[in-house]
Amino acid sequence: MKIIVLAKHAPDPQSEVGVAGDGKSLSLGTAVFDINDWDRYAVEEAIRIKEKMGGEVVVVGVGKNEDTLRKCLAMGADRAIKIPFEAGLDAYQTAEVICEAIKNEKFDMIFAGLMSQDYNNSQVGVLLAAMLNLPFATAVTSIEIGSGMVKVKREIEGGYQEAVQLPMPCLLTIQSGINEPRYVSIMGIKKAKTKELKEVNIAPKKSTVEVAKMYLPPVKKAELITGDPSQIAKKLIAILKDRGLIG
Amino acid sequence: MKVFAVAEHRFGELNPLSIELLNLANKLGESNAVVIGKDVAKFAGELAKYADKVWKIEDASLENYNPELYIDVLLQLFQKEKPDVVLIGNTAQGAEYAPYLAVKLNAPIVTDVVGVNATNGLVASRFVMQGKIMVDLKIKSMPCVLTVRQGAFKEGVQKSGKIIDAGIKPSKPAGRKFIEYIQPEAGEVDITKSNIIVAVGRGIEDAANISLAEELAKALGGVVAGSRPVIDNGWLPKDRQVGISGKVVKPKLYLALGISGAFQHVMGMKDSELIVAVNKDPEAPIFGVAHYGIVANIFDIIPELLDKLKGK
Ligand SMILES: Cc1cc2nc3c(=O)[nH]c(=O)nc-3n(C[C@H](O)[C@H](O)[C@H](O)COP(=O)(O)OP(=O)(O)OC[C@H]3O[C@@H](n4cnc5c(N)ncnc54)[C@H](O)[C@@H]3O)c2cc1C
Ligand SMILES: Cc1cc2nc3c(=O)[nH]c(=O)nc-3n(C[C@H](O)[C@H](O)[C@H](O)COP(=O)(O)OP(=O)(O)OC[C@H]3O[C@@H](n4cnc5c(N)ncnc54)[C@H](O)[C@@H]3O)c2cc1C
Repeated sequence: MKIIVLAKHAPDPQSEVGVAGDGKSLSLGTAVFDINDWDRYAVEEAIRIKEKMGGEVVVVGVGKNEDTLRKCLAMGADRAIKIPFEAGLDAYQTAEVICEAIKNEKFDMIFAGLMSQDYNNSQVGVLLAAMLNLPFATAVTSIEIGSGMVKVKREIEGGYQEAVQLPMPCLLTIQSGINEPRYVSIMGIKKAKTKELKEVNIAPKKSTVEVAKMYLPPVKKAELITGDPSQIAKKLIAILKDRGLIG
Repeated sequence: MKVFAVAEHRFGELNPLSIELLNLANKLGESNAVVIGKDVAKFAGELAKYADKVWKIEDASLENYNPELYIDVLLQLFQKEKPDVVLIGNTAQGAEYAPYLAVKLNAPIVTDVVGVNATNGLVASRFVMQGKIMVDLKIKSMPCVLTVRQGAFKEGVQKSGKIIDAGIKPSKPAGRKFIEYIQPEAGEVDITKSNIIVAVGRGIEDAANISLAEELAKALGGVVAGSRPVIDNGWLPKDRQVGISGKVVKPKLYLALGISGAFQHVMGMKDSELIVAVNKDPEAPIFGVAHYGIVANIFDIIPELLDKLKGK
């Protein structure tokens, strides 16, 4: 089983982020970057399948991605393809360069994350499926491999799931929680250093959207309860008592 | 502008988001609803109250949603009808097939849209960084595809549109096959029945800290629930998850501890009677839905609350 996994190097959404001076891009100053959370689950799932059935796991990253690709190799992926292209503004371009980079690979499945934790587009995986004319399923929460086909469960609203079957090759986008991703071991990091990380230079041909403006959303703000922790607790309990929520 | 809104239904119910798509369509120009299924007369009638035209696409093979078949029939319709804008709900269904459809229409796509401005070309607004920042995206060519967030276009006008049978069938069988829908597992505690919910997010940091939240819930007479990462990490069972892919709750008190307030979470708790949020980040989007906000470390606040509740 050969599986290609897309892995994005992304800022932690918990970090302090703002809008840069140009009013059109993010200012990520001290943000901590790591593998996109959904992609961690996707890489883990691919490695588990390989460990069970044999084969190869190839990770692909677009942008300043080296740390994340190295991490995937340390987790157990076999080789990595890095596409250093950075200028893109839309998911189309990301998918387009990935498409070009993997078009000569023979694969059984491609895994992407359901969503990136920074831009939250949820597009790249399915755009790529369309460019490669592959059957696809998103928000996958379990994978069972048969002969020439795969049965998956995908998450829909309200805790329901939908079971579907797809022929291979196909593309799946992985939902968080599908497995428990492993931690990288020292052994893994050592081994990763000997694995292939190939760089390919590709630029997209077209751009479909452009940023007109970036800003902080206008929001109604909660009434703040302030003070030291003891005062805050006292005030909150008073509010709850007042409303008859506690005795 | 000629706008097509693709309706959504499951288990015999029309998703109300379909009407919200038409509200937006009516603002932009001529509104066309498309409804796909085995027998969609009932839905078409409902949609006609909000659309200039309703296009029915019916076939036995369309009984259950299948992205390949949906794309197949929509491409046939759009080849004839040439839309400027295609609107699709940003749901488990819509978000799945919309990007694929966009590629095949050679159309730009913007997902999870909450605002549209058509005064100078088409500009779509959406959040990035899980709600912390907003971006206006200029769409460079038409036709385009937009997936639309629930709740963003609630106001609209009434119409009494014409229902048209599009006479379109899938041109070939799909590679992907529908097997079945799987019901959510019933757990021991039904969090939707509780008046008081203490909800923890990734800010709780570790499985070992769940007991703190449990102690607090007990002192308040409520139950513990969590955001998705807490469930993904196995710190709480799945039936305790609040949000779009978990449960929708409306308790008298929702105490959110270390939850950022991502849209997918907020959809599950925004109608709670009283929402109190504790988060160390003053910019956390949860403060946009909370009635009371506390900018602090939850590990400083929880012990103080416990102390005072027990000593009362
Ligand atoms: C307003 C805005 C401004 C932007 N500005 C820039 C910019 O200046 N420079 C820049 O380089 N990018 C920029 N981007 C981001 C870049 O174009 C994104 O990679 C692209 O939009 C994909 O969308 P996403 O990151 O939301 O991925 P999604 O579609 O949400 O990601 C889904 C999955 O696709 C895969 N994937 C996504 N991106 C990558 C990647 N880079 N490498 C490998 N796999 C990936 C992952 O598996 C991921 O889980 C910007 C995006 C937006 C919305
Ligand atoms: C299709 C889909 C469905 C989804 N369904 C759901 C769903 O049903 N429910 C759901 O919850 N999510 C869902 N999500 C995930 C959602 O997008 C968010 O990723 C998730 O809600 C974030 O959870 P969180 O707020 O706990 O974590 P984070 O976003 O990481 O936020 C943690 C917060 O805790 C704060 N914090 C950290 N430490 C402390 C401390 N010591 N004291 C105080 N504050 C602290 C931080 O400032 C931060 O704001 C879904 C996503 C997708 C794509």
